[in-house]
Amino acid sequence: MATYYSEEHEWIDVDGDTATLGITKHAAEQLGDVVFVEQQEVGDEFEKDDEIGVIESVKAASELYAPVDGEITEVNEALADNPGALNDDPEGEAWIYKIKITDASQLEDLMDEAGYKAFIG
Amino acid sequence: MTDVKRTPLYDLHVELGGKMVDFAGWEMPVQYPAGIMAEHNQCREKAALFDVSHMGQVILRGDAVGEKLETLCPQAYATLKEGKARYGFFTNVNGGIMDDLIVSNAGDQYFVVVNAALRHQDIPHMRDNLDGVEVIEIFDRALVAVQGPAAENVVGALCIAARDLKFMETTVAEINGVECRISRLGYTGEDGYEISIPEDKAIEITRAFLAHEDCEPAGLGARDSLRLEAGLCLYGNDIDQTTSPIEASLGWAIQKRRKEEGGFPGAARIQRELAEGPARKLVGIKPAGRAPARQGVEIQSANGASIGQITSGGFGPTVGGPVAMGYVSAGHAEPGETVNLIIRGKPQPAEIVALPFVKQNYKR
Repeated sequence: MATYYSEEHEWIDVDGDTATLGITKHAAEQLGDVVFVEQQEVGDEFEKDDEIGVIESVKAASELYAPVDGEITEVNEALADNPGALNDDPEGEAWIYKIKITDASQLEDLMDEAGYKAFIG
Repeated sequence: MTDVKRTPLYDLHVELGGKMVDFAGWEMPVQYPAGIMAEHNQCREKAALFDVSHMGQVILRGDAVGEKLETLCPQAYATLKEGKARYGFFTNVNGGIMDDLIVSNAGDQYFVVVNAALRHQDIPHMRDNLDGVEVIEIFDRALVAVQGPAAENVVGALCIAARDLKFMETTVAEINGVECRISRLGYTGEDGYEISIPEDKAIEITRAFLAHEDCEPAGLGARDSLRLEAGLCLYGNDIDQTTSPIEASLGWAIQKRRKEEGGFPGAARIQRELAEGPARKLVGIKPAGRAPARQGVEIQSANGASIGQITSGGFGPTVGGPVAMGYVSAGHAEPGETVNLIIRGKPQPAEIVALPFVKQNYKR
């Protein structure tokens, strides 16, 4: 299992051709208090850089972009009732989707933890 | 790029961890480490302190200042008693709102507070049109708002005179030996004060307020969600040069004599709308779901006709869900009417509701 990070401040935890994804702690801090998460549905297919959700904080709406091509296999339904979990535990309990990765080679374009830490400074 | 200005409290904001943003040409804290939600709740439950020094403070001196202000505003400022403050607005010849403001009768002079972004418009407007009135823009005083149910205790602990003021009353009193103007009003829907302080004492006195256990700093983010829940208009969002006060449901701010007599810019339209009703109206809008509806979102009637637009919207921490204000055509403005908000292309149900969303808590 390996964790990758995107320049859009998402993390993706990869295990074979399946993965869990969410937003980074840094992203959650920048967003401030999250009040609403708009998620897509199981079975929805997407390509890298597609908009696959919206996260609304008290300040503004921010899009969630797909870090790789794939298909949604599970949606974290708990976020609908408790969007604030994205502030409390964005890299754990408050994952957003589980997905099936269709082009694993795209992972090479993402950053590892050290790379992401350098990226956010 | 023009120079971004800093208020006398800038160094304190940075020390307190304020996240500084450019607002109307001023470097202001949008939030502190506590976050917008906590700062909002602090204000509803205890007391929050806001730096509003970016707003324009103006002194008017001369004969019959109140009468002369009536030529620019539809408010009854000629009869505003000494020690009283009154909300109002400058109207244009078409009956639109040029800016909203607070005018206080300070006895030997009038004290006016206008929006930060419109200082450059309002000061010349008054200089050009208030004949024989000296218009003095104040650059050497901070303006600090202490708001919330504990505000009386926070400010009263340093200034007994503040306790005796009622809503929309103003006085000059000493705080820590410094002469300040204290007005019991604000922009949050809560009891509270706005205090004009000489700039060299601003940090010292602000620290004294913040030393009270019930008082914490709050930024522009909380100020916006507080005023939205309180149903208070934001200039540039909810009111502007094209919206009339009657459309904006601000008829309450025009006193009876002025409604009848007119004699202010745009009186023809405003009196006509008073008599016949406006074509569109600013209303409260409560989305049924959890998705916030923000400025610019289209409002449709139940049968899909476009009837207006959201002018302010977001999440209301006290309401515990999204809240919004916007203009709808007059036939759809009754509370209880069901509408759809087009959020990211999808219709989301919402209801027209009476404002405010949160009961105002003024000390009358």
